[in-house]
Amino acid sequence: MSDFLIDVVLILVKLGLIFGVLLTMAAYLVFAERRILGRMQLRHGPNRVGPFGLLQPAADAIKLLTKEDFIPAGADKVIFFIAPGLAAVTALLTFAVVPFAPPIELFGRQVPMVVCDLNVGVLYFLGLSSLAVYGVALGGWASNSKYALLGAIRSLAQLISYELSMGLAVIPVILMARSFSLTDIVLAQQGAPFLLLNPPAFLIFLISVVAESKRIPFDIPEAENEIVAGFHTEYSGMRFGLFFVGEYINMVILSSMITVFFLGGWLGPVLPPIVWFFAKVLACCFFFIWTRGTLPRLRYDQLMHFGWKVLVPLALLNVIVTGGVLLWIKG
Amino acid sequence: MNLWRDIKGTVRPFWITLRYMFKKPVTIQYPEQKRTPSPRYRARIVLTRDPRGEERCVACYLCSAACPVDCISMQAAEREDGRRYAAWFRINFTRCIFCGLCAEACPTLAIQMSPDYEICNRDPMKLVYEKEDLLIADGGKDNEYDFYQHAGIGVANPRGGNEDEYGPVDIKSNLP
Ligand code: SF4
Ligand code: SF4
Repeated sequence: MSDFLIDVVLILVKLGLIFGVLLTMAAYLVFAERRILGRMQLRHGPNRVGPFGLLQPAADAIKLLTKEDFIPAGADKVIFFIAPGLAAVTALLTFAVVPFAPPIELFGRQVPMVVCDLNVGVLYFLGLSSLAVYGVALGGWASNSKYALLGAIRSLAQLISYELSMGLAVIPVILMARSFSLTDIVLAQQGAPFLLLNPPAFLIFLISVVAESKRIPFDIPEAENEIVAGFHTEYSGMRFGLFFVGEYINMVILSSMITVFFLGGWLGPVLPPIVWFFAKVLACCFFFIWTRGTLPRLRYDQLMHFGWKVLVPLALLNVIVTGGVLLWIKG
Repeated sequence: MNLWRDIKGTVRPFWITLRYMFKKPVTIQYPEQKRTPSPRYRARIVLTRDPRGEERCVACYLCSAACPVDCISMQAAEREDGRRYAAWFRINFTRCIFCGLCAEACPTLAIQMSPDYEICNRDPMKLVYEKEDLLIADGGKDNEYDFYQHAGIGVANPRGGNEDEYGPVDIKSNLP
């Protein structure tokens, strides 16, 4: 009984920690993104609030909270309220299965550094990332606006297309690790990270992940000034902010997934595992930001062509080849 | 090799942005760093004085007429000695587009554009400048110019007494 209680408390503590760390990370990623993009364009970026502009996220939060919150006439109120939360929550939930470090010894107990070591963690992740589509769909639909609806449909087409290649790129990883559990996948990379063993899968996954997080060069869903944004056209204030935060949480999640699937998770020499994990995640986030500073947006037809005619066939081919090679090695 | 070109075109920009990230930003950080605008910069408008310290403006309404947004208004008045001046003179800087047409139009060099661009204000009423706010104790761009030394009716010098003027013509003498 007391064992069970301790477990519950531990899980709650871990949840709280993850929640705090993740939200801070999301807030500071926004800031880091603005600073880094600024430097890439020979500007400074936000540097007014606090030392080096470090209080900018707080200022942004105050601004978003005090802005007028507008609900369009004829909007489906309940769904309109829920949609932004849905976008953020689905992203947050994924973190339940991400392992940060190997289990540690605490007061004579094995404490796994993951909220819940699901043995089908990969499926859970894929399922939740498909669920994230709901936030977009409902947000666009509940706004009672043609622009939002069209934008939502546009985004959905993109998200679903790239969801496919993302799922297909994970299959070789599962084949190589012989497990659906994220912890096992990390442990299977003790020899070499899957990035080196299967670079095509990594590339496909990376590209699909960038598309999944709705970022440049796949940021058709949020082309704010050019094609009136899309699914969040009618959102304002903190509700819009939630979509925004959701996007950045999503970025952290997807970076951790890249880390777990291809970069060997917490594995690494010298430094403690958790540092390696965060370093790798941050490196992935930096790559996202870097891409945003570098590439132009794809046109919509190019985007769909690329997804369906290049990524999906390549991913399928990669699954077959990886399977064949694994069988050959074994045989 | 189109594919090769595409791949190169996708990868190379990454190197360029990375390199630029370590360059020094070119931004001028405004409140701390200020640039001196060029002398012909068109910002806050001033009313200048002639070398003797008198108001140059003769309230001829030309600036007001030239202004495309109608933001100058004034009331003409005349002194005992015949010198004209503006009883009040008002520029509404919330409307002014700093085109400089008023300064072009002015025959006495009274109204001039200055390079002082820091006149923002949260309260629009504070941007309505009266004559006291506009008048400065200086000649501005051409310090030496004094309109009444060249024209005007017997204020600085007797009629026709200015150096580039003829004396009054005796209208009886030049009859045909
Ligand atoms: S600068 Fe142009 S707009 Fe401003 S007062 Fe002069 S004429 Fe009018
Ligand atoms: S400022 Fe110049 S143009 Fe305007 S009323 Fe005075 S003298 Fe005339």
